[in-house]
This record gives sequence, structure tokens and C-alpha cells, in this order.
Amino acid sequence: MVEQQTNREKSTHLKRFYYPLDQAVEKPFNWRQMTRLLAYVKPYAKNILPLAMLAMLVSTLVRLAVPILIGKVVIDEAIANKDTTLLSYLVIIISVLYLISYVGNRYRIKLVNILGQKVIHDLRKQLFSHVQRLSHNFFDKRSAGSILVRILNDVNSLQELFTNGIINLLTDIIMLVGIIIILFSLSPQLAIAVLVILPIMFYISTKLRRNIRRSWQDVRIQKSRLNSHLNESLQGIRITQSFSQEKENTEFFNGVNSDNFEKERLAMKKSAYFGPFVEMSNAIGTVILISYGAHLIINGTIEIGDFVSFAFFLGMFWEPISRLGQIYNQLLVAMASSERIFEFLDEQPNVEEKPDAREFSDMMGHIEFDHVQFSYDDDRIALHEISVDMKAGETIALVGHTGSGKSTIANLISRFYDPTKGSVKIDGNDLRDMKLDSLRKNISVVLQDTFIFSGTIMDNIRFGRPEATDKEVMDAAKVVGAHNFIMRLAEGYDTEVEERGSILSAGERQLLSFARALLANPKILILDEATASIDTETEMRIQQALKKLLHGRTAIMIAHRLSTIREADKIIVLEHGKVLEQGNHDELMHYQGEYFDLVKSQFDMLDAL
Amino acid sequence: METFKKLKQFYWPYKKYFFASLFFVILVTAITVVYPIILQITIDDVVLKEQYSLIPYLAIGFILIMVIKGISNFTQQYLGDLFGVSSVYSLRDGLYKKLQRLSFTYYDNARTGDLMSRLTMDVEGFKFFLAAGLKELIRIVLLIVISLSVMFFYSVPLALVTMAAMPFLAVVVYKFDQKVHPAFRTVRKSLGKLNTRIQENVSGMNTVKSLSKEDFEIDRFTVNNENYREVNIKTSNIWAKYFPFMEFIGNVSMVALLIYGGFLVMNGDLSLGKLIAFFSLVNYILGPLVQLGFIVNQFSQAKAAGERLLEILEAEEDTQEKEDAISSGEIKGHVRFDHVTLKYVDEDDKALKDISFDAPPGKVMGLIGATGAGKTSITQLMTRFYDPVKGNVYIDEQSTKNYSLKFLRKQIGFVLQESFLFSTTIKENIAYGNPEAKMEDIIAAAKRAQAHDFIMEMPNGYETMLGERGMGLSGGQKQRIAIARAILIDPKILILDDATSAVDMETEFKIQKALKEVMQGRTTFIIAHRISSLKHADEILVLEEGQIIEQGKHEELVENNGPYQRIYDIQYQDKEEIMNISG
Repeated sequence: MVEQQTNREKSTHLKRFYYPLDQAVEKPFNWRQMTRLLAYVKPYAKNILPLAMLAMLVSTLVRLAVPILIGKVVIDEAIANKDTTLLSYLVIIISVLYLISYVGNRYRIKLVNILGQKVIHDLRKQLFSHVQRLSHNFFDKRSAGSILVRILNDVNSLQELFTNGIINLLTDIIMLVGIIIILFSLSPQLAIAVLVILPIMFYISTKLRRNIRRSWQDVRIQKSRLNSHLNESLQGIRITQSFSQEKENTEFFNGVNSDNFEKERLAMKKSAYFGPFVEMSNAIGTVILISYGAHLIINGTIEIGDFVSFAFFLGMFWEPISRLGQIYNQLLVAMASSERIFEFLDEQPNVEEKPDAREFSDMMGHIEFDHVQFSYDDDRIALHEISVDMKAGETIALVGHTGSGKSTIANLISRFYDPTKGSVKIDGNDLRDMKLDSLRKNISVVLQDTFIFSGTIMDNIRFGRPEATDKEVMDAAKVVGAHNFIMRLAEGYDTEVEERGSILSAGERQLLSFARALLANPKILILDEATASIDTETEMRIQQALKKLLHGRTAIMIAHRLSTIREADKIIVLEHGKVLEQGNHDELMHYQGEYFDLVKSQFDMLDAL
Repeated sequence: METFKKLKQFYWPYKKYFFASLFFVILVTAITVVYPIILQITIDDVVLKEQYSLIPYLAIGFILIMVIKGISNFTQQYLGDLFGVSSVYSLRDGLYKKLQRLSFTYYDNARTGDLMSRLTMDVEGFKFFLAAGLKELIRIVLLIVISLSVMFFYSVPLALVTMAAMPFLAVVVYKFDQKVHPAFRTVRKSLGKLNTRIQENVSGMNTVKSLSKEDFEIDRFTVNNENYREVNIKTSNIWAKYFPFMEFIGNVSMVALLIYGGFLVMNGDLSLGKLIAFFSLVNYILGPLVQLGFIVNQFSQAKAAGERLLEILEAEEDTQEKEDAISSGEIKGHVRFDHVTLKYVDEDDKALKDISFDAPPGKVMGLIGATGAGKTSITQLMTRFYDPVKGNVYIDEQSTKNYSLKFLRKQIGFVLQESFLFSTTIKENIAYGNPEAKMEDIIAAAKRAQAHDFIMEMPNGYETMLGERGMGLSGGQKQRIAIARAILIDPKILILDDATSAVDMETEFKIQKALKEVMQGRTTFIIAHRISSLKHADEILVLEEGQIIEQGKHEELVENNGPYQRIYDIQYQDKEEIMNISG
């Protein structure tokens, strides 16, 4: 171990990779957040919650009663006076109490968990549904991982709080208060003497526990660094092997592994102090009990039975105090988690629907841009007063360099943003007057990269229209020319695929996305043509499929391939958010303007090499 | 047991921690039982027999023993955990080293998610067992045995009566374990599904929005969400059914103790102190008995985890290096394939069938053909990512098998189809193959790959951090950095596998101009779909289903009336027509 450490210092590859460390997992207690969280319990406040509390109350009272009965009555009365009848009665009473406690516990556990799980379920559902409606820029700004952490981990971390946390809090407070009251009524002097350990226990439970938790958080951060690297080295193993960097990577790994080891060792050491401290405080309590308690029995202030009750209750202290410490820590974690959750819930989508929004009845697909101007947040004007007319059923090709405004036009048609000036109309209706659902279900976008969901090929294509039958799915696949390659696979349409898989080539994935879009059968199709070059055969199939896909609907294409652009009914040439030229291929070639130059330079390059 | 034996090399070096920890555990357990004994003495001897002088001795004795217990407890836990953590440190190290060495074939069939789960959860499961599980088992057995002994020492009949419930409890604990562990597994599975569902939704959000399927996604999610809630409730119902019952059985023992014990005390057959001691001793047995079930389960889980780890540690390393492999010298870059046949594992079709060609140093070879025709396979054989089943691949007239892997691969600059970049700066990514590279060389490589300009436009230039939380790059930008990475190591053989597929024509044109000088004196293999990418090659191989069906220079092939000409016609068809219209 020590040898490894000195080697580590000498390695130059320790800083090779960088994995940003996680955020803080604890935040101070905040009443407003707590109230907001508790609002999720509200739907169950009249039914489950009171029953759970009743069950809890019953079992807690029994737990408090039994030691008194055993101490005061059994020992001091029955046994001391050799009263067998009283003993029998007491045993029966105690058995009945235990039975009640059993029933109470059973219901308590059941109800408390039902309550907690339902609350968490509701919270998670609300968060997920809300996030679905948020706009593109929300997702662009964040990594998939950070969103996943909120919906899954942060919500889950509240699980303990909502299932056991709240009820336990009440249980423990009642227990502690109950015990203290009982001890004082048995013997105030002994109570005070023994209770001196209470503050010590509280201290251990909160401060020490918090210290320990912090060091485990450090461990978690290191661990996540370790795991990030493991993940990355697995994914990049081919690169590592082709550049023969195995040794260098192993040196980096040794560093991370050692860091992790160190942090764990420290955390373990701190944790190991916990047990002994608990024992010691118990021991002090016991010693006080023995010495002072015996003294009090001797001078007749208390009976042996009282002493026995004290012994019982002393043993019962630790559990509620420890749990209170735990709950406090849970609350701090809950504050951090809920802050992140509420951050998302407070986000709003970019566009709002008017209360009196109308539905599209039978959309034709005639799109008009009427003096539209648009800027993104950073005041960059993306579109300068664009006016274009796209008739229903036409194929429009948008041509221009990156940043010329093509994607912006597409986004405005789907109403992912609203124009800053002017209006976008479909069938004469300003989009701001229409219902979002009604608009969007008539529009499909085919993206550059096709995302594959894990499931079968059939499932993936069916995503375009989930209610479609198997036959409809296969028909769509046939039309786009995907059917053949699918049938060549061992399990055909039932072949399991996933995003990171390698079963489908880039070209085949494109065909799949065409099939999806065809199945969706939208009135307006927006197509962002893939730029990646694929083998010519598949390329041709895609060209054919494209023709079928464009037919019978208004299609707006962000196109790169000349063959695609040529076929369009109208070509719009954009630059820096302005329309330079409009017309079909022949017209624009005759015009010998910007379009002509673009076409010519493509061929010049083909020849030059 | 086999599993544990096989993993011995990882934990046995630290055995001293384990045995020391065990010693202290025994000490602690023995002392634990002291508490009821002290109670007993206090009541019987101090109070009832009025030997008050004993009090200070008892108190001091008790404190001393507790201090020893405290120190022992600390030591036992710390050493036990140290044993676990140290063993796992070695284990991780061993796993990592092994994974670095495993071949492409292994990774073709492995799933990252599955491997990660083994490297994280299974390792943790094993650690937990080493650090705590085994020790807890010993502690519990010991505690039960010692407590029982004391009980029997105090009063045989009362011990028997009190412990009558024990076998019954054991049965209930057993039944509980049978039910609860499968229930936990169901919960874990449901969580996994929920996880995947949310992950896919978020990663594929663009697609969801592109087809307006938000409602559909919410519906799918609701199914998983509700399922997760239900399995959790079911599991806690099992808890609710058994736990209070187990507690009740313990309580019944308490009642038996009261009545029979009370009776014995009243008859003078048992001292009051011993009765009170019994109350504590009972808890020392019944509680741990319930825990026993969990510990035993941990044992089987650790075994399963160990097995999954062994699968990695014992995986076959397909690519073997010779002992006297060549690992130094000057390579000229002469590549020759001699009747090479390649077959991937588990496939009926051969990826390459009887391939032969000759590429003297400095020659530029183009490879074109449909997906799966064999282009990538050819290049992968040169770096020995796979080995041929028949025939030989020669570099400078030595079979690739005669070279050490490290030496061989350092001579070849590979730009793979999937341009993967690491979580580090752009500079480090380009210098990946040669971490000692100077900044000037890095910049030069970047310039040639047409990457320098866009890098300089980034906020931190070459120090810009890439990765999940770092800057995102477009496909074309990633590829150019990958090209720079390959150029930097100054390889004798350069392989560009679809290296400019995501790059637009204009940029590709610039890259190729720059690469022209880079390729001087280096044997280069270009795999592409666009004829414009490889038209300038010295020789072009047209592949179909693992065989070379045409070869020659571009000028010859376009007149050959073969597949190459067909591809050419398609890709260049519009040109004449269009240029004619414009006049």
C-alpha cells in the first residue's frame, strides 16, 4: 500500500482526465421548502395519515407502559408480596398489551409505507410530466445526466423522509417526552442523575453523525469520479488500445483508486468512533444507575421495581435519539434535493397557450411567414423580417450556411418559439391563437441523428404513431425501403435494438426514422437532412424513400444534397437571417446568383482533388 | 467456496487486518454480556445482601471494562473495514488491468452497462461481505452462544422455558427471508426499468419533441412509476406481516419469563437479580437471531458478486503476444496481405475471404464498398485488433504476430469511425497517443487536420475541457480532432476510416489538401463512401462481401463498367446536366 503511494507521486499521468466533482448534497433547513414538500402529503391527510398516526400512538404507548408494569407492579407488588394471582393477572394484561402492540405495529408499517410511496410517486410523476413540456433550450443547456439525477435520485432521496421520517419523528418525540415524564414521576433524583447522559447522546447523534456523513459524502464524490473514469475507459477502450495507452491509463486509475481508498479510510475511521461513544454514554448512564440507584434503594427512596424500570428505560433511550439525529440529517439532504426539484418545477416553457386558443380542424398545411423577426436570448437577430409563402403540399428546400436561419424557421413553424415581430400563420391562422397540441400533432420533424429507443425495431417505428397496428408499421417500412434489411435480420421486426448498439448502420437508422415519420403521417414535415456520408446503395434507397415521404404534405427541408434540393418546388436561399433568393432550381440557375455559385463550387471541389 | 478461493490473491495479503479484527470482536462480544451480569450482582449482592461497599468496585470495574470494550469496538470495526477496503482496492486494480488487455472481440459482445454494474455494485457487495458480513456472522453466533451459556448457568429450567420460542422464531425468520429477498430483487429490477425509461426519455428528448410524443412518454413512464410504487408497497407489506410478529414472539418469551421466572423468585429458587439479568439476555439472543437471516443472505449475494467478477478476471485474452516479439526498430510501413481470411466469432459469414494486396511504403490505398463489405476489417487486422483465421498480414515482411502489440500500434495512426474523445482538454485529447508531445507539434497536427481555427474560437482554446459537462462539439469537429490525434504520433501507417463522413465538402477539401503533405512517405489507407474522398489514391480496392471485386486507379476504374463506375455515375450524374442548363 505504501509503495503504491510513492509511485503515485511520481506518475505524470495523474491529471490525465478530469471529471468535475459533484455539487453539495446538504442545505440548511428552509421552512418554505418544507411546506412545499408537505403539500404533497395533503391528498392523504384525511385518510391514511390519521390512521397511521393512531397505529403509531397505540404501539408507542404500549412500549412505554410495559416497563412500568413490569417494574412497579410485577416486581414491587406481585413478586415482593408473593402474590401469584396478581402476577397471573398482570401477565395476562401484559400479553394483551403486546397483542395490541403487534396489531398497531403491523398497521403502522403498512400505512406509513403506503403513504410514503404514494407521495413519492406523485412527486416523481409531476416532475416528469412538467419536464416533458419544457422547451428545447431547457434541454440544450443541461446534460442528460443532471436531469436524470433530479427525477430519479433526488426524488428517491426523499423516500425515507416521507415513508418513515415523519411518523418516526412523532414517535420519537412522544417516546422521549413520555420516558422523561415517567422517570421523573418514579424518582426525580434518579431521573436527573441518569438524564445527564441525554445531552451527550444528542451531541453524538447530531454533531458526530453529521461529521461522519460529510466524510462519506467526500467518499461518494471520489467514488463518482472513479466510476466516471471506469465508464469512460470502457467506452474508449478501442482508442486506448489503438494508441497503446494502457499503461498510462492504469497509472491514472491508480491515482483515482488511491484517492478513493484514502477518503474511504478516513470516513471509516470516523465512523468507527461512533459505536464506542454510544457505548461510553450508555456506560456512564449505567454506572450512575448502579451507584446512585443502589444508594437510593438503600435509603428507601425508591423500590427495586423502580430501579428495574429505570434499567429498562435506559435501554430505550438510544433508539429515539439516534433516529432523531438521523431524521435531522435526512432533512438536510431533503432540503438540497427539494431545492433542485423545485428549480425544475419552477421552469416554464417558452411559449404559452392562450386561454381561448382554437383547434385546427383539418389542417391543409399552407404556411406563411409575415414580416417575421426573431432573436434568441442573447439579442442575436436570427431572422430579419422574413416573408415567405409555402403552399400546402409544396416541398421547400432551405439552403444556406450554418447560422443562416434555417433551423430557426423550422422551430418557428413548430412554435417552439414565438417571433419577436411579425407572425407565423398556418392556413391563415396566427400560431399564437392556436392550441399547441393541435398544432404539433400535425407536424413531424425528422432529425439529423436518429435516436433508437431500447426495444424492438417494431417498437421503434411504431413510436411515430403508437396506436398503429403491426401491419401499418410494416407497410410504412416497405414504402421507405427498410423492410428488406429488417427481414434480413435474424429476428426481423422483433430484433432488440438500442441507442448504443451496432446492429443498424447509419443509413439504416435514417430509413427507420423515415418509416417513423411516414407512420405519423403529418400534414407538415420538417426534415433536417443528415450530412454524414453513407454508402451509395443505401444513399440511393434513402433518396427514393425521401420522395415517398415528401409526397402529399407540405415539406420543409434543411437540405445539403444537391439531388434533394433540385427536386424542391421552391428553394429559399438564406444568409445571416435574410432571404437572398427564392425560386425553383431552374429559375435560380438561370439567375446565376448565390444559388448558382453554391452549386458550381460543389462540383469544382469534386473535380479538384 | 470455489469463488472465494479464486479471489484469494486480492484479500489474503491483508489477512492480518481480518484476524486482528476477529480477535477484538470476540473480546467485545464477551464484554457485552457483562452488562446483565453487573445488573444481577448489583441487585442480588449489593442491594438485597446490603453489601454496599461493593458499589465503588462495581462502578470502577464496569467503567474499565467499558473503556476496553470501546477501544476494542473501535479497533474491530476499523480493522474490519480496512480489510474490506484494502482488498477491494486490489480487486479494482486487478479488474482494471485485465479490462485494458481484453480484446475487441470481448468488447464486441460485452455491454458497458453490465460491466459497470459489475465494477461498481458487485465490487461493493463483495467488500461489504469482507468488511462486515463474515465478522457479523461470527459475532452473532458468539453472542447467542455466550448469552445462552450465562442463562443456563443462572437457571436451567428458566433458560429452557424462555428459549422455547427460539426454534419457532428461527422458522419465522427463515420464512421471512424467503419472501423478502426476492421482493428486494423485484424492487431493484423495477428501479432499473424506471431508470432506463427516464434516461431514454431525456436522451431522446429531441426525438420525443420532433414527433410530439410527450403524452405517450408520460403514459409509458406512468406504467413504470406505478409499478415501482406497487412493488415497494408489496415489499413493505411483507415487512409489516413478519416483523411485528417476530417482535411478538420475542414478547411472548418475555411473558413466559415473567410468569415462570416470577414464580421461581417467589419460591426462592431464583434470585431477583438473575431474573432481571435474564431480561437483557433474552434481547441479546432474539434480536441477533433475526439479523442472522440477513447475514446468510449476504453470503450468497457475495458469492454471486464474486462469480460475476471472476467472469471478467478469467476472460480469455484472444490476442496473444509472442515472448520474443519485436519491440523496437525502424518501420518503413510496407503492408502486405497474403490470402487473408477473417471470421468474427459466432458468425457464419466470413468477414474477409482470401484477401491479398501489396502496399509498399508511402502508397495511398483507397477502400470503397457497401457497409459490411470488409473495409474496416482489413484495417483492423493491421493493428491486430483481430487475427486472421487463415493467411497472414505482413508489415515490413514480418507477420504482425511477430511484433509486440505496443510497438505495432505505435506505428499505426488510426482514425476510427466512431470518433471518441476523452474528458480532458482538447490539447490532451490530441496528444493522447503521445502525452509528452510539445505544444508546437500539437498545434501543427491540429492545423493539418483543419481543427486549429475552430479550436482557437473556443473560450479556452486548446485548454477547453471536453466531456459530459464540458464543451460539446459537432460531429465534424470531433472527427478533425481525431485526425489530429492520429497525425500527432507521427505514424508510418495512417488509417482513415470514414474519417470525414460528418465533415462538409468544403472542409473535407481543405483537410485533404493538408493531408496530402502528411501522407508523403506514409502508407495511407482511406476508407470512404464518397469517391471524391479517395479518387487521388494510388490504388483503389472495391470490396463486396469480404472480397476484392475490382482494383486499380480511379481513371481505370471509371471506364471499367464495374461497380466503381456505377457508384461514380450516381455520385457525379447531376454535374453535366446541371452545368449544361446554366449555359
